[in-house]
Amino acid sequence: MSIFIGHDTRLVVQGITGRDGSFHTRQMTEYGTRVVAGVTPGKGGQRFEQEVPIFDTVAEAVQATAANTAVIYVPSRFAADAVYEAADAGVRLVVCITEGVPVLDMTRIMPYLTERGVRLIGPNCPGAISPGRAKVGIIPGGICREGRIGVVSRSGTLTYEIIHQLSQAGLGQSTCIGIGGDPIIGTNFIDCLAAFEADPDTTAIVMIGEIGGTDEQQAADYARERVRKPIVGFIAGQTAPPGRRMGHAGAIISGASGTAAEKIAAFERAGIGVMKRPADVVQLLAERRITA
Amino acid sequence: MNLHEYQARALLKAAGIPVPDGDVATTPAEVEAIARRIGGRVVVKAQVHAGGRGKAGGVKLAATPAEARAHAEKILGMSIKGLTVQKVLVVPAADIASESYVGVIVDRASQRPVFMVSPAGGIDIEEVAAKTPEKIMKLAVDPRYGVLPHQAMRLAFFLYKDLGQVRSAATIMQRLYTAFIQAGGSLAEINPLVTTRDGQVVALDAKISVDDNELERRENIAALRDATAENPAEVKAREANLSYIKLDGAVGCCVNGAGLAMATMDLVKFYGGEPANFLDIGGSSNPEKVVAALEIITSDPNVKCILFNIFGGITRCDDVANGIVAATSRAKLKVPIVIRLTGTNEQLAVDILKRAGFSALTDMDEAVKQAVRLAGRAA
Repeated sequence: MSIFIGHDTRLVVQGITGRDGSFHTRQMTEYGTRVVAGVTPGKGGQRFEQEVPIFDTVAEAVQATAANTAVIYVPSRFAADAVYEAADAGVRLVVCITEGVPVLDMTRIMPYLTERGVRLIGPNCPGAISPGRAKVGIIPGGICREGRIGVVSRSGTLTYEIIHQLSQAGLGQSTCIGIGGDPIIGTNFIDCLAAFEADPDTTAIVMIGEIGGTDEQQAADYARERVRKPIVGFIAGQTAPPGRRMGHAGAIISGASGTAAEKIAAFERAGIGVMKRPADVVQLLAERRITA
Repeated sequence: MNLHEYQARALLKAAGIPVPDGDVATTPAEVEAIARRIGGRVVVKAQVHAGGRGKAGGVKLAATPAEARAHAEKILGMSIKGLTVQKVLVVPAADIASESYVGVIVDRASQRPVFMVSPAGGIDIEEVAAKTPEKIMKLAVDPRYGVLPHQAMRLAFFLYKDLGQVRSAATIMQRLYTAFIQAGGSLAEINPLVTTRDGQVVALDAKISVDDNELERRENIAALRDATAENPAEVKAREANLSYIKLDGAVGCCVNGAGLAMATMDLVKFYGGEPANFLDIGGSSNPEKVVAALEIITSDPNVKCILFNIFGGITRCDDVANGIVAATSRAKLKVPIVIRLTGTNEQLAVDILKRAGFSALTDMDEAVKQAVRLAGRAA
């Protein structure tokens, strides 16, 4: 098994004919993901690379192809509406890769999705990959390897770095999820910890956090109470100055809150193995007798 | 993006919130003229994006227009936390009976706009929250309905006893929420909200921070950006679509992705060095971005070694390599450079770099260690 995406994923790509959408649709198809439909308003009836049918709306796409997952590559000014559209069309999972969604839009999107029972991953995230099964988003398939480690992260390339370290050491992954670097996101660490804990094919969890907010601290409290699988974690931004936004909209120390030190302390209290540097991940898992 | 106090005041005023008379000035002569027009005692306030203006000597009370001018001569041009004061706000000195705090922020945990009010105004609200949390009332707003009248009244009753003042404060809170939404704010606060001796409720100081993601659809707010109030290198970086923050160390970092950029800085520190900056060249980087990044890093005189750390995904390593070659052929580097790249088109990149006389590493730890050693040797 895997979490959120897998063999049963039937994907509709919103913005399939755009620069990013078309590039990554090719990558996802080559990886073996079942991309059943694309959406670009005005291009309904055409096909993407003679293969994937394109529709004007997500509703038509879902009706015609029974897509159950949507991935969004549209420009930021259309992204919020793309999330609403996917939810209205009846998919169960929406993955928003697009960066730049205003946080006030997110405050309205979240109750809308909750009422409809739709899960959102992102926005401003690299998406998810269940190696050997499906890839939804932009995580490079080549660095992943099938296996039993669950990876969840607020970052993109830092996640690739850690996946790369795992794969090189023979530690494959069940699912890797980038939850995104914005202040308000659809799926948080706790959601992923709960899903990995329930997934019989995941034996250990790697959690990659960063400065800003309290998501990691809450996840650490949750892990102490509810997660029996071993967890190792990393927090980026120990050298970040307070009050400055470090690239990600959510990576900011406000006053004295959201520092790397308080997150690392929360990890330690919860028995989470703390990596001092990304390269420590393999050693820390080995100490927990996780070797493959 | 942070707005200046005078800009935030103007937005509150436009939303119908009572703010005292006042005006912004860039010269001592203008300050004197404004003080004369206002009459009576005035306060001259430095307009910079930094907290602790008062402690730094950037806020002064003046009894006469001549004194206001004398204060302005000192404040204009002074440096507060590395930022030069270019403008001052001149306002009448208020006759204050009480001070409270009213703010609205986007709360990450509840995923909603949240009001925070406190009768302990005029001071640091975080300190109040830490030491005397019972003096703060919080209220989460459902953004689909906005702040409802009875909610605003409940907050206002926490601040005042007099019904007239309660009603005034409640109206101010509803208007503050409107201004916050219209500005695309991540924070809007009135600190202090004061009552005057004659019983009026007035916003004495205002602060608004805008979510950068809102600027594309709010031209009027984007136009309020004051590039002269920011670090020039950071302005240049933003124009090149890079995210850059200057720090004080000697290892200049150029990385793709914010998380990896932070992790790289942390690793520099881990191996005994200090990062000179945070710099994220972003996802789909082209060679021009790399050229701009190198120009920004090399303009920092503290940089003793440059470290590239690229994990190719959407970013193609050969694009980065081409950027490095293009930039260094235009202006020769005066400091050593360590390049680590792995991932998409790694081999192409290594070949491009080799032909130009550079070498490249594939391991992050090795690269950081080497950069720290080179920076230390140069120091």
